[in-house]
Amino acid sequence: MSAKLVIGLDGSGSGGRALDYAKKMAKLIGACEIIPVHVIEWSPYSFQTPEENAERHKRREEEIHLAQDRILEPAVKQLEKDGFKARGIVKHGHVADILDEVAVEENADQIIVARTSEGGLAQRIFGSSTSNLVMHARVPVTVVI
Amino acid sequence: MKLAFSTLTAALTLAATSVAAQEVKTIDQTVNEIFASSTGWFVNAIFAPLPFQINGAAFPWIVMWLVVGATIFTLYFGFIQFRAFAHSISLVKGDYSDPNDAGEVSHFQALATALSGTVGLGNIAGVAVAVGIGGPGATFWMILAGLLGMASKFTECTLGVKYRNEYPDGTVSGGPMYYMSKGFAERGIPGGKIMAVLFSVFCILGAFGGGNMFQANQAHAQISGVVGEYPGWITGLVFAAVVYAVIIGGIKSIARVTEKVVPFMGILYVGTALVILLINYQHIGWAFGQIFAGAFTGLGVAGGLVGALIQGFKRAAFSNEAGVGSAAIAHSAVRTKEPITEGFVSLLEPFIDTVVICTMTALVITISGVQLIDPETGRFILAENGMIATTGDVQGVALTSAAFASGFSWFPYVLVIAVVLFAFSTMISWSYYGLKAWTYLFGEGKTTELVFKLIFCVFVVIGAAASLGPVIDFSDAAIFAMAVVNISALYVLMPIVKKELNSYQSRLKSGEIRKFVKA
Repeated sequence: MSAKLVIGLDGSGSGGRALDYAKKMAKLIGACEIIPVHVIEWSPYSFQTPEENAERHKRREEEIHLAQDRILEPAVKQLEKDGFKARGIVKHGHVADILDEVAVEENADQIIVARTSEGGLAQRIFGSSTSNLVMHARVPVTVVI
Repeated sequence: MKLAFSTLTAALTLAATSVAAQEVKTIDQTVNEIFASSTGWFVNAIFAPLPFQINGAAFPWIVMWLVVGATIFTLYFGFIQFRAFAHSISLVKGDYSDPNDAGEVSHFQALATALSGTVGLGNIAGVAVAVGIGGPGATFWMILAGLLGMASKFTECTLGVKYRNEYPDGTVSGGPMYYMSKGFAERGIPGGKIMAVLFSVFCILGAFGGGNMFQANQAHAQISGVVGEYPGWITGLVFAAVVYAVIIGGIKSIARVTEKVVPFMGILYVGTALVILLINYQHIGWAFGQIFAGAFTGLGVAGGLVGALIQGFKRAAFSNEAGVGSAAIAHSAVRTKEPITEGFVSLLEPFIDTVVICTMTALVITISGVQLIDPETGRFILAENGMIATTGDVQGVALTSAAFASGFSWFPYVLVIAVVLFAFSTMISWSYYGLKAWTYLFGEGKTTELVFKLIFCVFVVIGAAASLGPVIDFSDAAIFAMAVVNISALYVLMPIVKKELNSYQSRLKSGEIRKFVKA
């Protein structure tokens, strides 16, 4: 029986901080799998032109490849090099929803995300992905500063 | 067809070079004359009346064609538009969408994209034309045509997804030309290829007509109605420049902004109409009375009952494009394992477009009392041109504007923005439909695509400069010509849709197809 940690990676410095904290935890736990997850922000209820629709499948593949190459693979490689068991997941959707869903599906013990520092009006109104996750998650969440 | 185009463009360059020498007004007139004379024969052929007359009114065979088609699909699929209505909404909500397909085109997105191509001037200006000529009674026939049209959409969009082309690079192309050529071959019936070519030719014409010139024309009418008269080619050039920037310049941000603002404008439009109706709630009963009375007596409009019926059917078809085949192009990009699901989703389109939005416009016009009624007979007073006389002598989009202004004096300004945005989004959609037909005929490639897009921009200017009459006639003719070919093909291919429908429904019943439950 090993523990599972789901890490939210957005490809910026804050994701790195979450990863560092996860490594620290994993060392303390011992037998532990680290699952970095990258979410591509996407809504099935957005409006698109016919041309965008026609190219959507192609764009989706490109987005997934890009996320794998630039964000997940380097992170997973680094983790494995440091002696951890790791596996990356990339998905489309809303960050908070997807992190929670993946954590539930994987039967994870904890979600680790970093506090995001981006500001702006939208965040003041709707709250950040992090705060949404903390409010609605069905798995314990650790927010790293 | 190509000849006609080259003459037109040549004439336009000629007209443009003589700008300096001539008065501004004459450019409009020159464009107009060339336009009317070069497209007249085509319009006449499409709208040729049936050899008999009803109540002394000529019945264009094409209107009969569309309604008979929609009725046959309705009966053949056992009133699918009512039976599957709830399931359609469930599909749009994403209840049956595989979460692993997140990031692909959803049912909602396919529907929204198709709607932004159809909801537009047809709902604002087209309805005004119908009610302007056919009186409130035209509304009744419009709603009926909208309800029947749902079955046509269902049929064509199912086929559109089933026979789309999926290319190795991950892009998709679909539409009537693909189901004609592939579907006919599958059934072993010859002629599919010829029909596909014919359809493509008409689709290109429709893209230039209803999808382009009509939009530019009515947008200009609306703008000049608010800021004062000025030559149409100015609006045309501005519009052409923006369309150019999007479809050739690839400036996606403009398109993206429009795609976000258009639904908002649609909601604002329906919302305002609802408020006007609520304020005048005591007249709603009377308005429906007028609609029913007018539907069966005509209330003195030109052509009586048949006049109202023809106008209602015509405008409904022009607005929701059911049976025309354009929607099959728009819907075909959806991600689904079952083509029939997109058929279900697409049948909501005529409902939203015609039964909801068009009816709103018609009710507001009727309630506003802008149309003049003889107080003694209760019948409409006709103007010289055969249209119903109105206060201020307005027609087309100006009639809708005047009707809304009777409720909110500021509404014409909102309507200008709405019309411009609707016109723009419809142009973008139709530039895509036209392009798909164009590449089907001439092959895919940067140069052939560029040629089409350039011609498309030229037609924006022509549309804005030509007067309403010839533009509307040509728009109608081109769009309906698509329907002639498309509905013929649908008759041949409808057993395939039936098979899909039966298989899907039995699997739905057995529980093989069920809603996805979120983890």
